[in-house]
Amino acid sequence: MSNEIRMPALSPTMTEGVLSRWLVKKGDEIRSGDVIAEIETDKATMEVEAVEDGVVTQLMIDEGTTSVPVGTVIATFQTENDDGHIQSVEGESDTENINSKSNDGANETQFNSASKVPQVVLTQEMNWDGSVKNMTVREALRDAMAEEMRSDDRVFIMGEEVAEYQGAYKVTQGLLDEFGEKRVIDTPITEHGFTGLAVGAAFGNLRPIVEFMTFNFSMQAIDQIINSAAKTLYMSGGQMGCPIVFRGPNGAASRVAAQHSQCFASWYAHCPGLKVVSPWSAADAKGLLKSAIRDPNPVVFLENEVMYGQSFEVPETDEWLVPIGKGKIVKSGSDITITAFSIMVGRALEAAEELSKKGIEAEVIDLRTLRPLDIELIVQSVKKTNRLVSCEEGFPFAGIGAELGMQINEKAFDYLDAPIMRVTGKDVPMPYAANLEALALPQSEDIIRSALQICYAEEGL
Amino acid sequence: MPPRPKKTRVKNPSKSGRPPKSTRALVNRKPDKESLLSMHRDMLLIRRFEEKAGQLYGMGKIGGFCHLYIGQEAVVVGLQSVNEDSDSVVTSYRDHGHMLACGMEPAGVMAELTGKEVGYSKGKGGSMHMFSREKNFYGGHGIVGAQVPIGAGLGFAHKYKNDGGVAMTYLGDGAANQGQVYETFNMAALWKLPVIFIIENNQYAMGTSTPRSTAGTDLYERGAAYGISGKQVDGMDVLAVWEAGVEALHYARSGKGPFILEMKTYRYRGHSMSDPAKYRTREEVDAMRKQHDPIDHLRDLLLREGIDETVLKQQDAEVKKIVSDATEIALESPEPSSNELFTDVLIEVAE
Repeated sequence: MSNEIRMPALSPTMTEGVLSRWLVKKGDEIRSGDVIAEIETDKATMEVEAVEDGVVTQLMIDEGTTSVPVGTVIATFQTENDDGHIQSVEGESDTENINSKSNDGANETQFNSASKVPQVVLTQEMNWDGSVKNMTVREALRDAMAEEMRSDDRVFIMGEEVAEYQGAYKVTQGLLDEFGEKRVIDTPITEHGFTGLAVGAAFGNLRPIVEFMTFNFSMQAIDQIINSAAKTLYMSGGQMGCPIVFRGPNGAASRVAAQHSQCFASWYAHCPGLKVVSPWSAADAKGLLKSAIRDPNPVVFLENEVMYGQSFEVPETDEWLVPIGKGKIVKSGSDITITAFSIMVGRALEAAEELSKKGIEAEVIDLRTLRPLDIELIVQSVKKTNRLVSCEEGFPFAGIGAELGMQINEKAFDYLDAPIMRVTGKDVPMPYAANLEALALPQSEDIIRSALQICYAEEGL
Repeated sequence: MPPRPKKTRVKNPSKSGRPPKSTRALVNRKPDKESLLSMHRDMLLIRRFEEKAGQLYGMGKIGGFCHLYIGQEAVVVGLQSVNEDSDSVVTSYRDHGHMLACGMEPAGVMAELTGKEVGYSKGKGGSMHMFSREKNFYGGHGIVGAQVPIGAGLGFAHKYKNDGGVAMTYLGDGAANQGQVYETFNMAALWKLPVIFIIENNQYAMGTSTPRSTAGTDLYERGAAYGISGKQVDGMDVLAVWEAGVEALHYARSGKGPFILEMKTYRYRGHSMSDPAKYRTREEVDAMRKQHDPIDHLRDLLLREGIDETVLKQQDAEVKKIVSDATEIALESPEPSSNELFTDVLIEVAE
């Protein structure tokens, strides 16, 4: 059978090239893998190899010819079988039988999807009318991890100072004593390495919790979080889930300046393949962390150092779960919607209280999850109040508020009675000096001012 | 699960047809004739597969980046001949050979290269991103060095589960200069993880030769500061690779921690398809091909051992048929349905 060799493309954008040299001539025998020609473009040189055995029957293009379009037949050759008979390369042969023997039953399992989740994962809000107890956010987070580690021995935690030191912020207090060093692992100070290692462990069917001492240090590891943890499920066509939780304090701490005070919510929420959670209350922190550990996807769990010591009522049960992807109305109102997450929820509630004194009833929504965002809850609220103020500690540019503003523009434009406002951290690296730091951080007064502005009310009302 | 095409009866018999191995039983032994033949066939399959991939790239049937393994076949074939099927494997983007050596279907790999729905990643990963949980192949990673801590994590999981597995972690000489590799060496040694780091030193990181990029070019010594033993191996000699693999696997499996194998090898083709080929001479490449080709080397040995040439020709025919059938599937199968655009971003959570 006669076969054609065509002008190859060296890149998807190449349209033509130079046939610079032939290394075979008519009548030459060629073996698969032999270099038969050289071609080049302005960018690259490439050797053309034979992919079949045979005999060259014709060279169609002369050496040195420029502007040979990709796909042009440059040579023909004939393939032969051992007996010297010309045969079709695509034809059936005895090897069909050899192949089919080792086939049986194997094909069906070739493309495994990621395994199903064995545990209960909540998608709807849980009602609780049982007893509650007061606990700090720190205790709630620890209890969440301890409960999940008791019920699933694939769950382990690794990070800097999580074991013997009991956690840089004492969130992992007591875990080493209960679960031992196999499951509570102090790492060296190597975020990039241990994050990648934990991702590999998740691929190996474990359920890692990675604690970043603060999320600022996750920047060392962001390639592993985005490129390895978040994208692999998609790039594997659904085979390779990565059940992992990245958690730690996020946002501004106190007087530690620019490198240790930053909110990463919009960074991580930008990327498909991640879930991003940032709770405010202890009950939500506990229920959401338990859900995050059970979730088959990578979850970025953004805590707040300043919140660790604050106390809230938490249901007294090991089965308290809060679904990822659901916001929560923490104060209802009819005049203006204020969204916030993490520490800003408290400031939004303070602002709502002040606004109420001025006759403005604000509805405060705790976003709780930033991705997937519960946009439906916000849209419903805006349809009622016709006004929105978005609050976050992070930078304004391309922040969570920018996203909310755009989504409300797309989904509830006709319901708006005033421009959407955002209250954010200032667009500067965090300063150290106490007065400047206070100015850089969004306060409840900023929320009040923005709310009054779009309610067209005077500040002194 | 994507619908299967009719012609998937070209399953790669590599590995699946062999009896289970025990690394321990191979220590201080040589590969038997059956193993040698099997390795010859597996190397030949990679060679022919890659040549075909290069051809399909030239025809515009494969897009983007395409990194061929031609010349380096002995490394992965020698090592994957002596590991256990339950060991896990992870590598970078020059990964087609590793997948075939792990026993993945050539048609599934080729169809992924052409971006088709029956590809291993439904056409959503491409040349650099393919996986098979069934064959314990964990990618196929596109970021230089990123697979190294992931490999250590797979080793961590083997140790945590106490399942006796070893994580075979392949990296190139270029990756050997990435910071995360040394973060990983430290943890792997500290925690005695069952990991073999296989540095495939093909002497060029893209177009930069090892001496031009690397202070201290004996890469097997790179773990010395962490107490990790290493060995330099002729990666063009599949027998040498086989023996080194047995030793390293036995070491890692017996709980002593990680081991480094530096495989001195050579890629005949460019870094990727669009390679200016200006950084090395044609004579250098020709000399490697003519004097050190791993397949020719084993073929000569087999003939000296008295293997009939027709047996090797039969292998050649078998391999060509597999590649040809895989190519047909890769070309004729449909592209993924547009419905696939939004699937597999997150695993759906059901209550």
